[in-house]
Amino acid sequence: MTDVGAIWVPLALSLKVALWATVINLVLGVVVAFGLSRWRSPAREMVDSVLTLPLVLPPTVLGYYLLVLLGRHGMLGRWLDGMGIHLVFTWQGAVIAATLVAFPLVQKAARAAFEAVDPQFEDAARVLGLREAAVFFRVSLPLAARGITAGALLAFARALGEFGATLMIAGNLPGRTQTLSVAIYAAVQAGDDRTAGIMVAVTSVTCVLALLLAGWLAPNPLRRTRS
Amino acid sequence: MSVDIAIRKTLRGDARQFELDVRFASEHRRIVLFGPSGAGKSLTLRAIAGLLSPDAGHVRVDGRTLFDSAAGVDRPARERGVAYVFQDYALFPHLTVAQNIGFGLVRGWFNPSRREHDDRVRHWLDVFDLAGVANSYPSRISGGQRQRVAVARALVAEPRLVLLDEPFAALDPALRGRMRSELLALQQRLDLLMLVITHDPADVEALEGHTIALRDGRVCP
Repeated sequence: MTDVGAIWVPLALSLKVALWATVINLVLGVVVAFGLSRWRSPAREMVDSVLTLPLVLPPTVLGYYLLVLLGRHGMLGRWLDGMGIHLVFTWQGAVIAATLVAFPLVQKAARAAFEAVDPQFEDAARVLGLREAAVFFRVSLPLAARGITAGALLAFARALGEFGATLMIAGNLPGRTQTLSVAIYAAVQAGDDRTAGIMVAVTSVTCVLALLLAGWLAPNPLRRTRS
Repeated sequence: MSVDIAIRKTLRGDARQFELDVRFASEHRRIVLFGPSGAGKSLTLRAIAGLLSPDAGHVRVDGRTLFDSAAGVDRPARERGVAYVFQDYALFPHLTVAQNIGFGLVRGWFNPSRREHDDRVRHWLDVFDLAGVANSYPSRISGGQRQRVAVARALVAEPRLVLLDEPFAALDPALRGRMRSELLALQQRLDLLMLVITHDPADVEALEGHTIALRDGRVCP
């Protein structure tokens, strides 16, 4: 018999970590993407490339960077340690790992969405008396919302499945930092194929649902036509 | 002078550059900038609206200086009191007809309410016979209705000057004649100060305004 808690506890932790990572990425990704889409500079594509690195670097390498940065002897870690904040081997550390790995998915989608907004709509809003911040919240953001949401769903699915970087920085502490994908690895190692199988099915279904939702939201040619 | 314009701007593309040097002044309430595409009509309009910064010159409307390179004046588009009707209207696709018309009446970070309409919005919905489509989205209404929404959105804040970029080009020929006389009647009734750009001689004839011919970035003598 498989213990329900053995599946539910890592699943709940995974959902918590993925949700936090997605919320953080929504804010961060949208701000960075909007900045990049409006920034006229030759350095723009270089910055974009660097920000895309988490998509291609092995997650273990990202995890290593995070350890170097946030570990007890790391540059940022020492400073945080002084304030009583420890991120290594905590679920918050897992959130940072998942955020980093999924960031490019939100940023890329949001940038494409902002660049697809017809600048004439923003000009129309300016002529009608709006300040730049109001133009952003009332025109640019709503017109890009679908693309951003699709990117966020992809990022959620990616964060939910995060393994390598999470294992490096948060470890494999059952009930504390053991997320679903880490628990699957642990279950297979322990020869508990039944538990592993159920967790694999749960992860797969959740990710497929997120992707379906993303696909349904993403391409909407109607939004791009001028009216 | 109702309008006094002098705009110099050099635009550089990949291979060629375009020299815009447009000067004109007019007492008329209906001014028509007439010329072929590529003559610099839209650039002139954008400079008057504050969407394009000229290299030098001035823009004065009803005695108010909106731009003056010598005096260092360059008021942002939002403070110019100049309305702009875009060629394809640029109606916000995510907002209803009523929200589009009332867009400039609220200046904060939120769009006007979908349900409650400002009195001024209701007035223009009635004037243009749009009450029936007040809660429709721009993609769901006809071309003529779209143009009326764009004009209503421009007029609701009582601008000092209304700029219209090829206002009839997006309409089918049958509708074009009707909308021309509708716009002319509106201009006369409200005594609007209006600047229209067009490449269509039929517009020039119908609007009977002060016509200024533009070619290659300059006013034809």
